[in-house]
Amino acid sequence: MNGKSMRFQAKVQVWLRSGIADPEGNTVSEAINALGYPGIDDVRMGKIISMNVEADSKESAERRVSEIATSLLSNPVLENAEIQINEA
Amino acid sequence: MTAKSVGIVVFPGSNCEYDVAAVLEAIGVKTQFIWHGQRDLEGVSGLILPGGFAHGDYLRPGAIARFSPVMSSVVEFANSGRPVLGICNGFQVLTEAGLLAGALQKNALLKFLCEEVELEVASARSSSTSLAETGQRLRLPINHFEGNYTCDADTLNELESNDQVVLRYVENPNGSMNSIAGICSKERNVVGMMPHPERACDDLLGSVDGLQIFKSFASNL
Repeated sequence: MNGKSMRFQAKVQVWLRSGIADPEGNTVSEAINALGYPGIDDVRMGKIISMNVEADSKESAERRVSEIATSLLSNPVLENAEIQINEA
Repeated sequence: MTAKSVGIVVFPGSNCEYDVAAVLEAIGVKTQFIWHGQRDLEGVSGLILPGGFAHGDYLRPGAIARFSPVMSSVVEFANSGRPVLGICNGFQVLTEAGLLAGALQKNALLKFLCEEVELEVASARSSSTSLAETGQRLRLPINHFEGNYTCDADTLNELESNDQVVLRYVENPNGSMNSIAGICSKERNVVGMMPHPERACDDLLGSVDGLQIFKSFASNL
């Protein structure tokens, strides 16, 4: 192997696209209001999927995770995926 | 092959395959189960993806099922113009696989719905509604949490202008755009619907309106 492989930790956050109704977020928002906390709005629910990645570079890890995020982890009709990658 | 046969695709977590098979056999159509791990469709003339919770509905309904080995053959089969019907979870799988437009998201008000509803046949021009009449009312049960049909505005316009909406709820139970309960592909051979016609094919079950769907499907094999 030429390049030495490195380990990364990736986090993929999946959110409903803006404009798509988020009934879970709205329900949690109502519960927060019912508890009487002031100044809280725009509550949204999402998912976090974390994984370890072994790759030659951060860029190549990012490319791979981004492909996984759009093909499997999120449905682009409803959701956006945000990726964070850090060296493990 | 002598008699035409319908393949019923079974994923781990499917649970309506026997109901679909019983209805088809009762109207004289041969059936066979096609396990999700196989690529060979065994020469069937039509395919049904039944309801249930394929792969536990983990991640999203249909998200993992669409990558099952059988799905590349299902896509090829659908693209060849032969009839494919996805019921409930099967509809979700077909949208995830890109064979049908849009997506099914969680019901408005986060309600799990299990009830009989009234539907209107919005188009009789599909492989699963061809024997019905446009405007005809059907009573069929629904049983889902993610049945809220959603797509972008362009897709919705396209579905409507191409007459691809095949079933609409008379009273929208789940927040679906334009009360959509079922759609078909542009080529009209691939159909997905949230209601369960297989649960409405016997007087004992309160409605036989589901037979319209299966007889239509059978007539297009």
